[in-house]
Amino acid sequence: MDHPFAITLDLGTSLVNHTGSWRTLRPEYVTRLPPCNDACPAGEDIQGWLAFAEAGDYEAAWRKLVENNPLPAVMGRVCYHPCENACNRKALDTAVGINSVERFLGDLAIEKGWRFDPPAAASGKRVLVVGAGPSGLSAAYHLARLGHRVTIREAGPMAGGMMRFGIPKYRLPREALDAEIQRIRDLGVEIVLNAKVERLADAMAEGGFDAAFLAVGAHLARRAYIPAGEAARVLDAVQVLRSMEGEEKPLLGRRVIVYGGGNTALDVARTARRLGAEDAVIVYRRTRERMPAHDFEVEEAIEEGVMMKWLSTIRSVEPGAVTVEKMRLDETGFPQPTGEVETLEADTVVLALGQDVDLSLLDGVPGLEVRDGVVQVGPDMMTGAPGVFAGGDMVPSERTVTVAVGHGKKAARRIDAWLRGESAPPARRHDIATADTLNTWYYGEAPKTLRPVLAMAARTSTFEEVVKGLDATNALYEARRCLSCGNCFECDNCYGVCPDNAVVKLGPGKGFAFNYDFCKGCGMCAAECPCGAIAMAPEEI
Amino acid sequence: MDEQHVATAPAEAVQKLRYYQKGTFTVGNRLVAEEERTVQASTHRSNALTCGHRACQGCGEALGARYAVDAAMRATGNNLIAVNATGCLEVFTTPYPETSWQLPWLHSLFGNAAAVATGVAAAMRVKGKPHVRVLAQGGDGGTTDIGFQCLSGMFERNDDVLYVCYDNEGYMNTGVQRSSATPPAARTATTPALGPEPGNVFGTGKSVPKIAVAHGIPYVATATVADLHDLERKVTKAMSIRGARYIQIDVPCPLGWGAPSQDTILLARLAVECGLYPIFEAEHGVVTHVRKIRRVTPVREYLKRQRRFAHLFRDGRDDPRLARLQAQCDANIREYGLVGPAGEDE
Repeated sequence: MDHPFAITLDLGTSLVNHTGSWRTLRPEYVTRLPPCNDACPAGEDIQGWLAFAEAGDYEAAWRKLVENNPLPAVMGRVCYHPCENACNRKALDTAVGINSVERFLGDLAIEKGWRFDPPAAASGKRVLVVGAGPSGLSAAYHLARLGHRVTIREAGPMAGGMMRFGIPKYRLPREALDAEIQRIRDLGVEIVLNAKVERLADAMAEGGFDAAFLAVGAHLARRAYIPAGEAARVLDAVQVLRSMEGEEKPLLGRRVIVYGGGNTALDVARTARRLGAEDAVIVYRRTRERMPAHDFEVEEAIEEGVMMKWLSTIRSVEPGAVTVEKMRLDETGFPQPTGEVETLEADTVVLALGQDVDLSLLDGVPGLEVRDGVVQVGPDMMTGAPGVFAGGDMVPSERTVTVAVGHGKKAARRIDAWLRGESAPPARRHDIATADTLNTWYYGEAPKTLRPVLAMAARTSTFEEVVKGLDATNALYEARRCLSCGNCFECDNCYGVCPDNAVVKLGPGKGFAFNYDFCKGCGMCAAECPCGAIAMAPEEI
Repeated sequence: MDEQHVATAPAEAVQKLRYYQKGTFTVGNRLVAEEERTVQASTHRSNALTCGHRACQGCGEALGARYAVDAAMRATGNNLIAVNATGCLEVFTTPYPETSWQLPWLHSLFGNAAAVATGVAAAMRVKGKPHVRVLAQGGDGGTTDIGFQCLSGMFERNDDVLYVCYDNEGYMNTGVQRSSATPPAARTATTPALGPEPGNVFGTGKSVPKIAVAHGIPYVATATVADLHDLERKVTKAMSIRGARYIQIDVPCPLGWGAPSQDTILLARLAVECGLYPIFEAEHGVVTHVRKIRRVTPVREYLKRQRRFAHLFRDGRDDPRLARLQAQCDANIREYGLVGPAGEDE
């Protein structure tokens, strides 16, 4: 070959020099579990649906969301959003407003009339769901999507369970609830109302059901012995909230005392204010810190003029008044009587002391274990009776709508596996994308969008919804605040920062790959990955 | 000089865009329109400096060079010739007979890159190819020390060359010797961490960007591998201008600075955030834009991650020279107005 003077070798490219052999650490793309997903009792892939929402594809976001939870419009209102408490963005400014975006998607789906994807091929199996509350509806929905024929038997006159008969309208407008229940019906789920199951064994045999999911909730008000005169008016919270759904609104009078410290007590007190009570007083035997009610509900109630009487118990109820005894907390935090009493005027006393489960339908079902008034279930949600699963408020758990929905989903998947004669697939969970796996430099400052709140005058006189929703522009903003913890969002950082061009960009939606022929293992891609989707692993040498 | 401006840089929009949500400062962003992403985010980038080069793991200079040359190639439609001074960049890219460069590339001597580039630009003019542009590049040794005379001449004649200095603050290729760009107190092979005043002396300093500004040339800028958007905007802007231009890029050197290879961009970022490396641009002798500090950081956060400054922290002592370095940062912050409302551009 002809070369110029003093040149003896052909010109070559450095591509022949495989510098990957220098490597002692190897970058790998990984997926980590975002803390929001980890915290969600309903098992939503929150990061997954936010990723569609932030691209403005709301329908895809909604479809991703309802893969796990069929009630986003409800959830976006009543969920206590443990996801937001877990959100890594808190360390930057404030948590992503996941709950408000969820509600936006739920409302948009109702407005646009989006329907669920049709069920998979029919399995030929029939499942009985007892109770049309959040857990029963969720189970029915998932079972139907898996191809099973589902019948829900509901004792009450309307579907929704505690979402309808426990949560006041100002927190959950019935239009949203009705629309989401109707959508589940449209999927082919049969809901039979006013059809209480008296004996489960009979109901299963009559209908030819292959499995059952029990979700009857906890509707029996817990009573406490309080001496009360004959003319004294003492009601229970379940009764009051339930009658709010009927034609006859409960007559509570001008001065209402609510006894208890849970969310239900607050719901009743706030309802009483809206029904015209001048005084709505909550009497609770411990302190605010020890109240089981959620903080924001206490705040909202106080804003609306609900008064609080901490460290107090009701000794007796007379017509028009109650006698209250002051308490003090002992060293163990338990309230002890002090003997000091005072009298409060009261037209009505409402007891909100918790609820129990009506277990009468379980008579004659062999193998069931009931402990502390609730049905015991295994990790697969199955009771001691084969093929009988249970969830929601009737099993040991935190009693929230979201937990109930999660039970329904989990039970549905296990029922499906059980019906197919498969053992439950082992749950594979990724490592959690903790804050230290992120490089938050790359996220811009963007504080949370606050949802508008109804004017105070309307909050004490009407049942209009207190907290309003987001609109399309601020929902998009809010969705885009998501950090995408542990999941690549194709920011191109690894592709850009590699000094050796050893990252291959595979195209939109396809992510990236490493070219290990040239990757020297410097680790810059992993260090500069905003969302912690790259891990360095020791190279096998 | 105004008639020599070719056009307003099209990439200006990138700087104005508020990515307030996710991926604000990232290389790309799937939520942003294609034309508003960086050159480096594109699969069509030229990879002017391709794989197989022999730079150390995590080399800031290899990264900075690809950032700058790719942006310049995009801005000139690939009509670009590079002239290289001697230094790491030259050595690790072109061990005979291999080359990592994917554009016409010349190397002559350590100190004459600016003069050779002037010659190439003149040749293109004579050949009737004024659209073929010239980029000269070198390390801080080949620029602030050895090539300084040629560089000043190129400035003063206003030759049509963009000179890019990759500043890794020392002669790294030959074994980490001190240059006029080495910061005070830094340990190098020639300024060992020994004696009562270990490391490099607190000299008077030599800011070549300021010297370039004093020449009154059309465009001078500093940049960093920690801010790709800013770097690409500046290179693109420089290529829209005729005449002598100078860009100096802070490129951390894991080997010479004694830092883990994955910290290269982190160090470049901290150098800016503490105020030690002011990022600004100047036109015709006047500073026109300053990149504000986003999160003001004490200089020790930057220094303590590098072994070349380890002696400042030895035995938990609070070396008085830390205060002197912090004072330098504070002086920079005052002089350039580096702290202010975030995102105030131009």
